[in-house]
Amino acid sequence: MLTLAVPRDPAALPRLLLTVLALALLWPGLSLSELDLGVLLHGDSAATMGNFVAAFWPPEHGREFLDLLGRATLETLAIATAGMSLALLVALPAALLASRALSLSALHRGGRPTWWGALLRWPVRGLLIVLRSVPEIVWALLFVRAVGLGPSAGVLAIAITYAGMLGKVYAEIFESVDPRPARALLGSGSPRLVAFLYGILPNAAAEMLSYTVYRWECAIRASVVMGFVGAGGLGQQIDLSMRMFAGGEVASMLLTFFLLVLMADQLSRLLRGRLT
Amino acid sequence: MRRPGNALLLLGLLAAVAASFIWLEIDLGALFGADSLRQMGDYAGGFLSPDFSPAHLQATGRGALETLAMSAIGSLLAAGLGLLLALPASGRCGLLATSVARLLLNALRAIPELVWAALMVLAAGLGPNAGTLALALHTAGVLGRLFAEALENTPGEPAEAVRLAGGGRIAAFCYGTLPGVWPQLLAYTLYRWENNIRMASVLGFVGAGGLGQMLYLSLSLFQEAQASTVILAMLLLVLGVDALSGWGRQRWVSA
Amino acid sequence: MTLNLSGVGLTHANGQVALSDIELQIAPGERVAIIGPSGAGKTSLLRLLATAQQPSAGRIEVLGADPWRLSAAARQRLRARIGLIHQAPPLPPRQRVVTAVLAGKLGRWSLGRSLLNLLHPLDTAGAAAALARLDLAEKLFEHCDQLSGGQLQRVGIARVLYQEPELILADEPVSAMDPVLAGHTLGVLSEEAGRRGITLLASLHAVDLALAHFPRILGVRAGRLVFDRPAAALTRAELDALYANEQLQQPAMPPAAPHVLHIPRC
Repeated sequence: MLTLAVPRDPAALPRLLLTVLALALLWPGLSLSELDLGVLLHGDSAATMGNFVAAFWPPEHGREFLDLLGRATLETLAIATAGMSLALLVALPAALLASRALSLSALHRGGRPTWWGALLRWPVRGLLIVLRSVPEIVWALLFVRAVGLGPSAGVLAIAITYAGMLGKVYAEIFESVDPRPARALLGSGSPRLVAFLYGILPNAAAEMLSYTVYRWECAIRASVVMGFVGAGGLGQQIDLSMRMFAGGEVASMLLTFFLLVLMADQLSRLLRGRLT
Repeated sequence: MRRPGNALLLLGLLAAVAASFIWLEIDLGALFGADSLRQMGDYAGGFLSPDFSPAHLQATGRGALETLAMSAIGSLLAAGLGLLLALPASGRCGLLATSVARLLLNALRAIPELVWAALMVLAAGLGPNAGTLALALHTAGVLGRLFAEALENTPGEPAEAVRLAGGGRIAAFCYGTLPGVWPQLLAYTLYRWENNIRMASVLGFVGAGGLGQMLYLSLSLFQEAQASTVILAMLLLVLGVDALSGWGRQRWVSA
Repeated sequence: MTLNLSGVGLTHANGQVALSDIELQIAPGERVAIIGPSGAGKTSLLRLLATAQQPSAGRIEVLGADPWRLSAAARQRLRARIGLIHQAPPLPPRQRVVTAVLAGKLGRWSLGRSLLNLLHPLDTAGAAAALARLDLAEKLFEHCDQLSGGQLQRVGIARVLYQEPELILADEPVSAMDPVLAGHTLGVLSEEAGRRGITLLASLHAVDLALAHFPRILGVRAGRLVFDRPAAALTRAELDALYANEQLQQPAMPPAAPHVLHIPRC
């Protein structure tokens, strides 16, 4: 029985190739990223860092500073909320344009729009892709140059990026709900907007709300770091304190940030529980 | 009972939105007024003719490769560190180790990448090294928590069977637990990589290397044409990594 | 003695008594079957002997040592000499059959060898030989989730054959196979035990299979040893008493958890 010819492992060659490929990619990766863990333990930088971190305790809690912190926190929350509401204004019409759910030509073609219908939807979809693929902080940097330092740039940046994300997801939600009510309305001659309001929105509203609240939570995280490029909020203060090596201030701001994220998480869970 | 409550909630939300605009003193009329729009239009006009000169393309290409390397090596390091921390966090090494590991993971995760990057620039100096470390630290926190959840939800019988046949702890983990969870671990890592390529391209704003540094510099010097090329490169990089990661997930995870 | 139990009892954490007052001696080279209604304690007894659980009363000796007086390292060395065949082999669904079989020798391999074997099977011939005895050689490089329940059970048996233990404990090893295959598989196990002079202890649901393949039969009911005698001396009345009033119940197989991949988006 042992004389039986043992078959070769069919996975051996792919695995070998994959390993070689991984090693071949790892080397340039390591050299390009200049990875060097030793720097962290190097005398000078370790001492600087040690002093900085040692100043974290006690966190700064002077009255004036707390006042400043409170304003920055409110500003962060306001940037996220205002940005989200602008994003919604852009995302809803964009999603309606990008979605195939309201296609008239698809009615008598088994749900498949004509080629020119699809062609018309593509520019909107492409725009949404570009809007969401450029990171929000890049938008923020661009808007800081265009409209000046301050929270306006942050609001616009969040509005733009999140319009792209919400638009795409809304369009997907519209296409995933039961299409028959909307088709029936369209078939009986209702205008598209009416068909949407009566045929699609009732089924899609819960999912849309849930996703929007969830994105709002993400917007808070995003608006915190937006300040690093001068777009207002907590980030701007963190950046300032860090440049001044004020460990105590950085510590209390990180703490505030932590609490803010925790609170947003709880609130978003509550809202989603109530509204859906 | 629910409906009046919901109506109140919606009213509250609307009030919050209005309060936000008032607090920020944003005048939408002025922001989208003819004057402001013309100014923005002029500015945007500078981006319509990207700089495709060979020298700049070469520099952008190098920046893109650097960004790609930062995101990939950062994700890889994070996956290793995350797994190392996920083992105690999933309750395999006693109660004390579990809570210490969870605390560490939460702290790593709570601090955003950009703050980590600013800290690492202080600790390790300017350049992609700081960016890679920052990505690795934040992502280790995120992945560690996800990995720990995945490990907790894996059936323990295969590993126990190896232990009962005399195998060591590490062998039992590698033969009993890992085969069940690795597709999930890979999916999480690939997903975070998609996220990290976006972050890697902006960490340069605080001096941590990559395309971000180039963008920050050219915008500071009001070189819109060059900045436009860099943004295009970022866009291509993000879409490319999304496609690659999507392919990887299709190939190894959902098979 | 390969196995020596005196006054052994097992009480689960929830207070349920699984086994009580078991007296049992099994000599090297013996082949013994355990029969009894479902829920009688057959699996508990086998898990106790496999050192998966510590008895709550009495003394237990496996291969000449009390596993619970050994150091953890020595206990692992003892476990490497015991092969346990599970009713539903706990094999990771995505593991390849060859790896699952080779995992039998993990107790004897160094860590380095174990890890290397994960990347590239180091003893394909050995795994293929073990599988070939169970007519499963063609499944060598398939994934475990591509196999049927009966094939999976045979992979579990092949793993123990490859392990070459001094004591084979089998918990309903052929429950998912058709009668012909079940007979053949038990024949392979008996032949292995006889050839290498090792002890084989198997619990079986089918009495006729037990009588056909095992010279000595243990009857277990409600956690107690009801009889222990040669297969030839067993009477119809004893068997009827063993299975009296048995509730027909399907062993509850837990449904496979759906593979949900939840990825937070920001």
